Amino acid sequence: MLERLLILSAIVFCIGMYGVLSRRNIIAMLMSIELMFNAVNIALVAISRYVTPAAVRAAGPTEANAASVLTGQTLAAFVIVVAAAEVALGLALLITLVRQRDTVDITQVNLLRR
Amino acid sequence: MDLVLFYVIGFVTLLAGAGVVSARNVVHAALFLLTSMAGVAAAFVLLYAEFLALVQVLIYGGAIVIVILFALMLTRHGEFQVTAEHRRWPVAAVASIALFGLLAASVVLDDRARGTDARVGVGINRLGAELFERWAVPFEIASILLLVAMIGAIVIARGGGSDEP
Repeated sequence: MLERLLILSAIVFCIGMYGVLSRRNIIAMLMSIELMFNAVNIALVAISRYVTPAAVRAAGPTEANAASVLTGQTLAAFVIVVAAAEVALGLALLITLVRQRDTVDITQVNLLRR
Repeated sequence: MDLVLFYVIGFVTLLAGAGVVSARNVVHAALFLLTSMAGVAAAFVLLYAEFLALVQVLIYGGAIVIVILFALMLTRHGEFQVTAEHRRWPVAAVASIALFGLLAASVVLDDRARGTDARVGVGINRLGAELFERWAVPFEIASILLLVAMIGAIVIARGGGSDEP
């Protein structure tokens, strides 16, 4: 089951990467980045469910070991927090860009190239 | 049963993900993104991560996609709606297929990725206790990050300075 979940995560990540590289609309690129965040979250939760660290396995089923299954879920929650912050800032930048340059096309944004 | 559910969920997630990167209309892409997020939430339920499934629906479905739709409305100009792809899209396709090959090979070749001994699920109350005890400091840092991002977003979107009307 773990390998299927990891493959699913890899496919979603690569779809997101294709979107980031191929789209010209900044909003579409942001949405593709969200897909990549989600792929990472799937992988984190799947690994924390199916993989037992060697040290935990050796110690046997103790209370602290039951909690170690939650590490991946906690990390995924933090990834979601960072994704929310990223979307807020990205869209604020987008609105400023539209106000100043009147475009959402990433190829038209070349202020630093001139 | 789990396997059938997994294939259904995975199929929906992948189809919607492909829709996000291929839809010509950006609003359609946002709706595909919503579907894909719902699929990921279902996968979390399948993995006994109920809290994350709830958070996924709330944050992604309820907040992020809505904010993206708001941004689309604020920036809507006829020609922005339908967007062309970058003319270098074959490079992007080759790069992502190559990355997928790398990831898939590492999953297939690594024995540790074949672990099927699912660990016991832990309840949602346990996750809360863990978040506020062991992860208390990162939790507070995350809240500061959100606050800073919020203030930054307001400052950037307001466009302060004298050059703005």
